[in-house]
Amino acid sequence: MSSNNDKDIDDVTGIDTTGHAWDGIKELNNPLPRWWLWCFYLTIIWGVGYTIAYPAWPLINSATSGMLGYSTRGEVAQEIARFEEANAEISAQLASADLNTLAENTELLRFANSAGAAVFRNNCSQCHGSGAAGFVGYPNLLDDDWLWGGDFDNIEYTIRHGIRNEEDWDARYSEMTAYDEIFTNEEVDATVQYVLQISGQEHDATLAAAGEELFLNNCAACHGDNAMGNYDLGAPNLTDAIWLYGGDPASLEETVRYARFGVMPPWGERLSEAEIKAVTAYVHQLGGGE
Amino acid sequence: MSDTTPSNGPAKGFLAKHAILERSPTLLLVSSLLVVTVGGIVEIAPLFWLENTIEEVEGVRPYSPLELAGRDVYIREGCYVCHSQMIRPMRDEVERYGHYSLAAESMYDHPFQWGSKRTGPDLARVGGKYSDDWHVDHLIKPQSVVPESIMPGYAYLLDNPVNAEYTADLVATHRFVGVPYTDEMIEVAAADVIAQADPDTDAYDDLLERYPGAQIRNFDGEPGVSEMDALIAYMQMLGTTVDFSTFTPDASR
Repeated sequence: MSSNNDKDIDDVTGIDTTGHAWDGIKELNNPLPRWWLWCFYLTIIWGVGYTIAYPAWPLINSATSGMLGYSTRGEVAQEIARFEEANAEISAQLASADLNTLAENTELLRFANSAGAAVFRNNCSQCHGSGAAGFVGYPNLLDDDWLWGGDFDNIEYTIRHGIRNEEDWDARYSEMTAYDEIFTNEEVDATVQYVLQISGQEHDATLAAAGEELFLNNCAACHGDNAMGNYDLGAPNLTDAIWLYGGDPASLEETVRYARFGVMPPWGERLSEAEIKAVTAYVHQLGGGE
Repeated sequence: MSDTTPSNGPAKGFLAKHAILERSPTLLLVSSLLVVTVGGIVEIAPLFWLENTIEEVEGVRPYSPLELAGRDVYIREGCYVCHSQMIRPMRDEVERYGHYSLAAESMYDHPFQWGSKRTGPDLARVGGKYSDDWHVDHLIKPQSVVPESIMPGYAYLLDNPVNAEYTADLVATHRFVGVPYTDEMIEVAAADVIAQADPDTDAYDDLLERYPGAQIRNFDGEPGVSEMDALIAYMQMLGTTVDFSTFTPDASR
């Protein structure tokens, strides 16, 4: 912006010039609009104010913490506290609730089921499926066939401590014997045929008859004389059509030879008390709860 | 090219000196570089000395050789392209993934794997969330356990053995860039690779002493140490080193 006393007015436009000239071409002095300029100054003032209000300037040991005392960590803690407080009453109620009588309290049941569904989708669905129907090796939670029991207490225990993991000393544990080096090939065949028989599938009757004795001497200790399984040992029922690792002869042979060792992580440390109760209630109501 | 002086310019004294800059391209280039550098220095340099940006957190340890090998597989396969490893301090993230990430948790990462793209979920605290078998199934064919997944399969990791000698070099390289591995750690690194994937070796206790909290087992269930073992060992330790039942983050950081 030029001063008034020595203006150099451009003949063509009638506007004064900045005095800069390049190869005889002069630059017109068209200043920025006043309002724009003031907005610019305001942003500078705002910027200075911002660095005073919020953490900004690095000093010797730490940065200035700002007049408002803002911190990202403080904010997230506050956010979480706000929601926890909003749910505090009903969460506390759920955490101490007896799940067996949960159905009597409609409001609490509704809360448990929707909270449990959220917990399930985030933590359980990767193995059990988003619809809880499971996959080969990961149990279906929709049916009423349970490995470790399907009442509230058993489901809660399984969720809290998991199965055969190394993190939780109270995890459910059992280990099927691998019969590959114990049985002869014929004995493996016979056992497989017997399991095919008791589960109502096509089988070789002669081999199955030989397999029965092998079964009673070796397998019945866990699976039971009637092969109906045992919740205490996580031994599956072998007489139904529900198979975790497949009920065809090839899968059964692999199971007999090399055994199976499904692992579930413990959730007691990761989830809150109310979350454990909620997801227990959710799994229980999926269809198979006892 | 131009007049040597402004004909009757209004700028006087100090302000008039900008004409010197404008007339020398080299000087202008150097000066603008200096001006731009100020921003970088103000934003980055303090991080190297400000105490409140460097939080000491108990439990954080350098990666064990097998984990480090797995981390290399993670980088090689470009896992970071779809998975981040940084839980941001926001309620929805904390609710889904667990405690927000601390800077100290990636202090031994060279380079860090924070990422910024989440086609898949964040993996900063994936350790212990799934079983080893699940990881094997999932890495072989993700759709076998998560039908809606668009992740590609990595079954060939099972067939690629980990070269323990190279891993020892990798550990030494990480010390070169500042990770506090001791001479002993580097010396036995090759043996530690084998030992972490086999719970029945004599090195069990020594390995745990060198790398507290390391998980020692046959991760992929197959004999030998494959890249699958390495990657799962790495996955299973992610986000597990800090005990948040005893650690309270300083709110002012």
